[in-house]
Amino acid sequence: MAAELEFERPIHELEKKIAELKSFMEEKEIDLTDEIQNLEEKLSRLENSTYSEMKPWDRVQIARHAERPTTLDYIKYLFTDFIELHGDRLFGDDEAIVGGVAFYKDLPVTVIGHQRGKDTKENLRRNFGMPHPEGYRKALRLMKQAEKFNRPIICFIDTKGAYPGKAAEERGQSEAIARNLVEMAGLTVPVICIVIGEGGSGGALALGVGNYVHMLENSTYSVISPEGAAAILWKDASQAKKAAESMRITAPDLKELGIIDEIIEEVKGGAHKDPKRQSEEIDAVLESSLNHLLTMSEDELIEQRYEKYKKIGQFGFVNDSIVVK
Amino acid sequence: MIKGLFVKKKKYATIPTGKVKQDVPEGIMSKCPECKHIMVTKELKKNLLVCQGCQYHYSMSSQERIASLIDEGTFTEYDTEMISKNPLDFPDYLEKLEGDRKKTKINEAVVTGEGKLDGLDVTIAVMDSRFRMGSMGSVVGEKITRAIEKAIETEKPFIIFTASGGARMQEGVLSLMQMAKTSVALKKLSEKGLLFISVMTHPTTGGVSASFASVGDYNFAEPKALIGFAGRRIIEQTIRQELPDDFQTAEFLLKHGQLDGVIHRSDMKKTLGTLLKIHSEGRR
Repeated sequence: MAAELEFERPIHELEKKIAELKSFMEEKEIDLTDEIQNLEEKLSRLENSTYSEMKPWDRVQIARHAERPTTLDYIKYLFTDFIELHGDRLFGDDEAIVGGVAFYKDLPVTVIGHQRGKDTKENLRRNFGMPHPEGYRKALRLMKQAEKFNRPIICFIDTKGAYPGKAAEERGQSEAIARNLVEMAGLTVPVICIVIGEGGSGGALALGVGNYVHMLENSTYSVISPEGAAAILWKDASQAKKAAESMRITAPDLKELGIIDEIIEEVKGGAHKDPKRQSEEIDAVLESSLNHLLTMSEDELIEQRYEKYKKIGQFGFVNDSIVVK
Repeated sequence: MIKGLFVKKKKYATIPTGKVKQDVPEGIMSKCPECKHIMVTKELKKNLLVCQGCQYHYSMSSQERIASLIDEGTFTEYDTEMISKNPLDFPDYLEKLEGDRKKTKINEAVVTGEGKLDGLDVTIAVMDSRFRMGSMGSVVGEKITRAIEKAIETEKPFIIFTASGGARMQEGVLSLMQMAKTSVALKKLSEKGLLFISVMTHPTTGGVSASFASVGDYNFAEPKALIGFAGRRIIEQTIRQELPDDFQTAEFLLKHGQLDGVIHRSDMKKTLGTLLKIHSEGRR
């Protein structure tokens, strides 16, 4: 059973109660069908209301769920003949990012994504999905390869952020991220980015300059983690819940701010409840996005990407008579 | 009053000690925060705000920076009236902006425009750390992007002086996206074969360091400038070890191959002028 999330507790309690009643009924041979039916109706109402009115913090919990499907999970469901490719040819192979070639249906593609571990051992190997410069440089190498052979690129975004470490700084974390942003802007092939978990700041964006950027319903994308924001704003990391609400980091928020293209619906309760069905949801959006982008010329792809990012932001002018509240 | 009898009168004049490490010199005399060397402020300003004792580079305002680089009377500023909104309805954000506007006499954390440097045309963006720590929100991103577009349109080189704590938190993910926005414009500039020089000044960190600051055709920095992606404290907490004193300084980056050079402020205009000349000859 998956680790319990705080906001799901009432649901789990009700489920437990129903299970108890059922076994009690069998044991004592008493007819409790009506009561059970009542509770089941109540459960379904509760599920609907819980999952349809999820608070930002609830989504953060789901986005970080230990069993949330990762890049490699989705690769397994969405692509065939995936061959993983390693290394940046400069320093090493960063397992916090995976990438390779595969077929999407009959189309050769390049797939790249941040990769978290599923357990402590794997997390240590993958540095909890927090890349070093060599990870970003591997990603860029694979993107350039995709461009050379005219393959569309699909990026899965799922990281708390680029790793803040001494070695990362020495090897140019800033430059690695910055270089990806600039080079992704100029790619002559379709680029589709999908935020599947946490989109943590520059470390996420370094795989995120695409023609389309989609987000899973319960994923997040932010300039700083809610904990980091709370620490700066209120000098108290435990206010993360409050920060999650004010920072506008959920998929619906980003859609409203004009940053992402589509929200990919999640299965009830989060992608981890049914990765296969979740992949089907992604598949539908991916296919229609690709179909559209494949009709565009190289110049059109670059221009579309330019226009997309050019219009992000909100500003005014001195004479707009902005009212200071 | 009776109480007054017991209060001991101060015998000496006291010097207020509340103001520590005043970086921008204001009085008649200025004391270097590094070596405590005392200089006449007027002399210090004439010396491009560099301490004669230890060569400490004081922070420069955008106005001072432009005056130190651009030939007199040739500067035309772009987008002077563009100001930030409060897209996330952040408490106190608009008031803080208003306060910084009054304090700095500029409307946002970057000043952009065009002018001549040693007689050669340039488009220039100068960030100002006095305004919200030079942080990048929508306006900073937009102004820089427009300046790059202007450089593309007029086929002029683009020079940026960075000074920024990174992305502006109060505008959340909109700030983050300015990294992408400025990058798509820089790619276009590069594709046109136009020159881009980045000069990192103290401090250049976070989202600014991880976008335009690091991808110049030439990357330079001023001596001792703090440059880095993650904050020192965060790194120390993460790796649980002390970092070397010169960690994330311009000299540290130079040693690790991240910079083309560290340039003293007194050589800045000459170096940039020479590069511009080399590039203008090359294009003929």
